Amino acid sequence: MSAAILIVAEHDGSTLAAGTAKCVACAATVAQAEITVVVCASEAAAVARQAADLQGVHRVLTVEHPIHAHPLAAAIAPQVAALAGPYTHVFGPSSTFGKDLMPRIAALLDTAQVSDIMAVEGPYRFRRPIYAGNAIVTVEVPEDMKVVGTVRTASFPAAGTGGTARIEKVGAPAEPPTHTRFISSSAAKSDRPDLQTAARVISGGRALGSAEAFQMLYRLADKLGAAVGASRAAVDAGYAPNELQVGQTGKIIAPELYVAIGISGAIQHLTGIKDARTIVAINKDPQAPIFEVADLGLVGDLFEIVPQIEKLL
Amino acid sequence: MMKRIVVGIKRVVDYNVRIRVKPDGSGVVLDGVKMSVNPFDEIALEEAIRIKERGLAEEVVVASVGPADCQAQLRTCLAMGADRALHVHSDTPTEPLTTARILLKLIEREQPFLVLLGKQAIDDDNGQTGQMLAALWQRPQATFASKIALADGKAQVTREVDAGLETLEVDLPAVVTADLRLNEPRYVKLPEIMKAKKKPLETLSAESLGITPRVHLRAVRVLAPPQRQKGMRVENAAELVAALKEKGLLAS
Repeated sequence: MSAAILIVAEHDGSTLAAGTAKCVACAATVAQAEITVVVCASEAAAVARQAADLQGVHRVLTVEHPIHAHPLAAAIAPQVAALAGPYTHVFGPSSTFGKDLMPRIAALLDTAQVSDIMAVEGPYRFRRPIYAGNAIVTVEVPEDMKVVGTVRTASFPAAGTGGTARIEKVGAPAEPPTHTRFISSSAAKSDRPDLQTAARVISGGRALGSAEAFQMLYRLADKLGAAVGASRAAVDAGYAPNELQVGQTGKIIAPELYVAIGISGAIQHLTGIKDARTIVAINKDPQAPIFEVADLGLVGDLFEIVPQIEKLL
Repeated sequence: MMKRIVVGIKRVVDYNVRIRVKPDGSGVVLDGVKMSVNPFDEIALEEAIRIKERGLAEEVVVASVGPADCQAQLRTCLAMGADRALHVHSDTPTEPLTTARILLKLIEREQPFLVLLGKQAIDDDNGQTGQMLAALWQRPQATFASKIALADGKAQVTREVDAGLETLEVDLPAVVTADLRLNEPRYVKLPEIMKAKKKPLETLSAESLGITPRVHLRAVRVLAPPQRQKGMRVENAAELVAALKEKGLLAS
């Protein structure tokens, strides 16, 4: 039996998000999968070419409508649901885009969703984290049901490029609703690496004490070519913007190097960094739970240590 | 018609409990564990109460699907300031799609202009119910809300998304799911707990609402996550940088 998997592309209108390549990698672990990517956009050509370039993609469908200039779940869900008929699986990334969209698709298809797929054990059998990653459940979906799932992107490598999928225009199969309107976005343009895909991440917590002190981390990150992250406590306190939050309710990341500075390591934070290759912790409190998961721990005053590290690099 | 907000809440293992997986892989240990209102749902309820306090709503109805014990959490919600509670009895956990179908029935009955839920429950971490409800209701959704402004039959909702903040405008009625920074829920005081005992709490069943709960997903086994190896301590910044260099983590 073969699987026909439809992946909903995440993009900003011009660039395909890295999470889509990870969904393709996840889908490719399903035996005999034929993978189709659907791009909903106001103008889909550029993003469709990037999707067609991914190894393992058989076909790219483009849905063009002015409302898709912004990623509104209420507008995209009916398009994907209208196209989903021939597919056995519909996947999207477990980014805020996919988390917002995929359950709406699942409900339109009258099916359950498997959230945060971290491993594929079979076409209808998946592993996913529950309780902030403190337990891992294997779930089975009945084979006569369509599988809607979000893919925990930190669990999969990105699919390579060099693919040659064909691109098909399918128009707009559904008439999108008018009850939801995009107003604005505060997305800050940064020259730093993206937190979700960076090889190195420097992350700060409550112990930084101020937004000014947090600047110290940006300097260190720039020296290392690293992205900057933050604990919930640091974001709540206003030291860092919300898009930097790492953890159960923020971003789940898997960098080569994660440096936690002044972060105590609540379980909700640790769940966001479990897949990091090497975790470094710098904290004044030798009992901080972050040291239980750190590969390298340094007990001391971050305000002395961080400038010293900066000088040594 | 009364301007009403419906808030969906779930009884979950308390945020501070350290979860233990049963050795036989059948689930996590729930016996004797402290249970609470799902923290995101508490934020959703706080927002509903504040909207009412600003005079933009007349009644806050809190609803939960779960075992008899979840009435304790509904009472907590009444003590926080909800006016009335609806308990849909279910001894087995319901999947998000079933919960959404049940909530839709309650919505058809209560006719709210706004439905608020937490963005996810911290037990299953599914994050589905609000979006599924909005789809079944054929109404707008605004997930991961950090700010809600209501005016002229519309809501402007600021959402915490991966790229930063995004603002959507949705026509009401709509479903909004709460993120962490929407507000800080109030503490419940003793007199309110006493008063809450007299507030109406109605118990229903899925069947009485015309819903047959469906089970789609079967949990095959539950395992503890792999533990990370305990690492080593270094004494100073120089040792740390040397160790990182040795591991090849500083080369670009």
